[in-house]
Amino acid sequence: MKFGIVVNEGPYTHQASDTAYQFTRAALEKGHEIVRVFFYHDGVNNGTRLTTPPQDDRHISKRWSELAQEHDLDLVLCIAAAQRRGIVDEDEAKRHGKDANNIAPGFRISGLGQLIEASIDADSLVSFGD
Amino acid sequence: MLHTVNKSPFEKTSLDTCLRLVRTGAVILLIEDAVYAATKNTVIEAKIKRALTQNRIYVLGPDLDARGLQDSEIIDGIEVVDYGGFVDLAGEHRNVQSWF
Repeated sequence: MKFGIVVNEGPYTHQASDTAYQFTRAALEKGHEIVRVFFYHDGVNNGTRLTTPPQDDRHISKRWSELAQEHDLDLVLCIAAAQRRGIVDEDEAKRHGKDANNIAPGFRISGLGQLIEASIDADSLVSFGD
Repeated sequence: MLHTVNKSPFEKTSLDTCLRLVRTGAVILLIEDAVYAATKNTVIEAKIKRALTQNRIYVLGPDLDARGLQDSEIIDGIEVVDYGGFVDLAGEHRNVQSWF
């Protein structure tokens, strides 16, 4: 089974990104394929590497990065949503004259077409939000 | 179709909307704050029991645990699943409709 995952909410404010992560992990453990995790709206906040939660709390962006590395996941941040919220990769930082980038390892920035493509490629698209 | 609901029925109307539109035979999974809908002795228990005559209803166990709710407090007929069970339910149905 091929799943596409959509995350519409940021970490630490709603449970949505936690549920999305747990679902994704459980699906991978069961041998399913995750064609893409698309982060939209406030969901792009899952993809900043500067987040520093207390040590005894879960590190949501790092958790995604590690899962991506382990399973070669495609984690995509919506470009328009990311720009609004100050999440940039190296190219975007250069293009907009920013002094740094903050995208977390394993994430990439792309357009809404990636969400459409995931919905076509996946057998099922599962959305997590608030 | 699998319908997921993630809001408490005592705060939002997502579950009401879902129950109004759900087709007979479709499956409902209560996650996050919607797990409160699965508990006994609430004002919506009768509504849930009516829905159970037409639809299978599941509740996400880890979200019950996170809220200190015991399986014994769950309405009879509602089945508790873990994240793996959530994945299985999503895999068994062609579409997953998330009600926020």
